[in-house]
Amino acid sequence: MPFIKIDGLEIEVDEDGFIQEPDKWSPEVAAALAKSEDVPELTEAHWKVVNYLRDYYQQFGIAPMIRKLCKDTGFPLKEIYELFPSGPAKGACKIAGLPKPTGCV
Amino acid sequence: MAKFDEAPIIKDPPINGILRPPDIREDASVGVKCWPSKPKDTRAIDLPTERLPDWQARGVAKLGELLERNKALRVFLDICVRCGACADKCQFYLGTGDPRNMPVARAELLRAVYRRYYTPLGRRMPQAANAADFDEEMLALWYTYFYQCSECRRCSVFCPYGIDTAEITIAAREIMAEIGVSTKYVTEVVAKVYDTGNNLGIPPAAWKDNCEFLEEDVLEQTGVPIKFPVDMQGAEVLLVPPSADNFANTETMIGYAKLFHVLGISWTTSTYCNEGGNFGLFLNFANMKKVNNRILTAARMLGVKTIIWGECGHAWRAGIFTPSLSGPMDEFDPPYPYHISQFTVDMLRRGALNGKIDKNANDQYLVTYHDPCNAARAGQLVEEPREIIRACCNRFVEMPADTIREKTFCCGAGNGLLTDEIMPIRMAGGKPRAMAVKHTGANFLATVCAICKAQLPESMHYWGVPVEVGGVAQLLGNALKL
Repeated sequence: MPFIKIDGLEIEVDEDGFIQEPDKWSPEVAAALAKSEDVPELTEAHWKVVNYLRDYYQQFGIAPMIRKLCKDTGFPLKEIYELFPSGPAKGACKIAGLPKPTGCV
Repeated sequence: MAKFDEAPIIKDPPINGILRPPDIREDASVGVKCWPSKPKDTRAIDLPTERLPDWQARGVAKLGELLERNKALRVFLDICVRCGACADKCQFYLGTGDPRNMPVARAELLRAVYRRYYTPLGRRMPQAANAADFDEEMLALWYTYFYQCSECRRCSVFCPYGIDTAEITIAAREIMAEIGVSTKYVTEVVAKVYDTGNNLGIPPAAWKDNCEFLEEDVLEQTGVPIKFPVDMQGAEVLLVPPSADNFANTETMIGYAKLFHVLGISWTTSTYCNEGGNFGLFLNFANMKKVNNRILTAARMLGVKTIIWGECGHAWRAGIFTPSLSGPMDEFDPPYPYHISQFTVDMLRRGALNGKIDKNANDQYLVTYHDPCNAARAGQLVEEPREIIRACCNRFVEMPADTIREKTFCCGAGNGLLTDEIMPIRMAGGKPRAMAVKHTGANFLATVCAICKAQLPESMHYWGVPVEVGGVAQLLGNALKL
């Protein structure tokens, strides 16, 4: 398994770069992951999405429905893609430290 | 800029929406491979957690077992005359030019091993029989190229001998699963079904939350209290959708709910089995059977009268074998697998939707229809989706005749290929479909498969085709008068 190093902390990631140890997530980790997702800087808008994803994940153990993410954060899907170029399931979930949603998506 | 290696992809333009056979490019896609499976997943689905030490002997023995169990497989391995009619029919060959993506050459990877161990000449004089050992090098080719085939069967339609090449890929994947060689994507998804009831891994509380959210959202939009019931004991209908419909393709999910609402039929989903999709089909028989068993169990738990499969290609391909895989369905009405498109057409023909459809509601769309490989070639669903579209849309256009119905191209990611690490193959394989859509000028691409609905937006974007992708139930939902 590959690892990423952030501030001396080693975190295991999967082949797609999603962290495997959710409790090691921190805002610094998010910033480091953001760079691998073509997000040079995490703005307030990014944090709104990331925090929403983390809250939802902590409550339900899965990423939220995309429609719900858009409605609850107030960002239409197009804007989510502008914030996270590889999309809500890949880019945003990765930065928020969630597992990669897989299946027919 | 694409974030993956585009070298395997041929970019030449089509002529009148049709791609010409490409120049042969040896080994063009030999480097494109799926991530291997993880022990946590294979353990959960009764597969070896690593490649077995005696994998060669076990693999050869498994092939022998399959030859005994499936007589058609032996015939398919024996009768090919190498005529080459299939060669340029595969979207992965058209998109990459890699000769091993010609169906005949891909199948040869198994045929050569079959001849080596199961034909008299191959056993005694392998070279004379053009036979090959099942060795390290061969296994690597199997792992690569049997996961660059989407088991879509387009090649079979053009085979003068009627060889079902998908059966050959299915056999090779089954043998690999037996010896501990499988992909992360497929095994992870099957493991999630046993854990949570669905491919995406949506736990029951989240599934209920999704349904409640859709109820609120649709009420806000329409002013009509449309229900999305969960685990409703005694409902008339159990809907087994792809879980992606209650995650990403929510417009399709809303379409189902509106249809049941307008018809006044009580329905439910089940948190034990909120997935019609069957990734066991992409892996091995034992898991396909186990995943399928859950559907009848859920229906009996809830005491429903009717089971309806949602818009999912592999769900339907495995689903039509439910009586063989999971036993008789005599207590249900109908006593055989029933698809949402079939149900909708039955309602249309019975007049149950007369006066309840406003076709003008879809007038902003010029609609075209993508036949999912599994619906059209493995599930006899060709006319039904078109009949629904014609009933709810004024503007419908077909793609070129050689690219639709039983000759449809796979979306490029079916049957175990919808995973990001093989994006070059997905985009190469998605090219014929993208070019055919572009040729129509349509702005809405309807289909009845969740894998297609996930792959097509990416492939259309990659190939520069500005089109919205959605479900047939979605179009119907737009037009239903509530």
